[in-house]
Amino acid sequence: MPEEAVADMAAHTAHPPGFAHQFENMEQQREAGSLGMWVFLVTEIMFFGGLFASYIVYRSLYLASFETGSRLLDVRFGAINTAVLIGSSLTMALAIRSAQVGKRQAQVIFLVLTMILGAAFLFLKFNFEWRHDYMEHLVPGFGFVIKPEWGAAGGHVPMFFCFYFFMTGLHALHMIIGFGVLSVLAVMAHRGRFTPEYHTPLEVSGLYWHFVDIVWIFLFPLLYLIGGRYAMGGGH
Amino acid sequence: MSEHTVPLKLYVGIFFALLALTGLTTGVAFIDIGYFHTGIRLIDIIPLNTVVALAIAVAKMLLVILFFMHVKYSSSLTKLVILSGFLFLGILVALTLADELTRNWSPVPTGWGAFLPYLHR
Repeated sequence: MPEEAVADMAAHTAHPPGFAHQFENMEQQREAGSLGMWVFLVTEIMFFGGLFASYIVYRSLYLASFETGSRLLDVRFGAINTAVLIGSSLTMALAIRSAQVGKRQAQVIFLVLTMILGAAFLFLKFNFEWRHDYMEHLVPGFGFVIKPEWGAAGGHVPMFFCFYFFMTGLHALHMIIGFGVLSVLAVMAHRGRFTPEYHTPLEVSGLYWHFVDIVWIFLFPLLYLIGGRYAMGGGH
Repeated sequence: MSEHTVPLKLYVGIFFALLALTGLTTGVAFIDIGYFHTGIRLIDIIPLNTVVALAIAVAKMLLVILFFMHVKYSSSLTKLVILSGFLFLGILVALTLADELTRNWSPVPTGWGAFLPYLHR
């Protein structure tokens, strides 16, 4: 066997866990991983971007209807869910940090905390908020009732609620997918698959989770806040 | 060379900053800050409540992207890819609005209905 091949084999057996051979070193592999994830997230920006762009167009066309619709939402749910999601972003970041400093148990704890906060968000959204909307006849296609007190703006309030349910629904779908990813990661972390040198699955899943958080950071003001809440006279 | 590990205190600080901004944006929504008149056609009336709400959302997004997503410590290539994403989102919104907001600028020719009497002769 040529000497070079032997040296090559020795190099291979000595490589750190999780190192793929097509990369020069771990640094390059890490960067390629997060860059690839960001390219996917850019497509996600455009995916949600279509909804955001049409929201902007229809809001400019039917401003009064969108403001009426926005005031019908309960801002407390939106604000609490924003805080819950920000908390889950913190625990996700801390799970990755735990892998960076080589703490296995902490990774599992923070991942499970992230899952709990994500589930709390979805529970609030589906069980309280959407149910409340259904009871108030605010779901287009499921017994939506245009109320006389909305006046001339009433006709296009269902349009606002279409955007509300599609945007929060697509966001919730992303969270459910993220929840599934997190559960796999928690098992992998428990088995000690992530080391300070290699934790790319954790890192890229974290990018996804934070992206979903950012989408909500924009949905919250667009749906709940910029409907002229000050005009309501008293709380909701 | 190892990747950058963000100090624990910074993460917690960012978390509380995000919570504070959430409280701020919720509170401001209940106060009427009024309108700003630019004097430019199409964008004459700027509701300041909307501007403040979106500015706070952008600030929150930057905190999440730069620190939670480690982009502050990422390569220039990654930063460029992210910027390209927002650039294309901007093109999507700007060109859509350029169509939608300017439809009434020029007189629209009479619709096909005007030709109906000739078609059914």
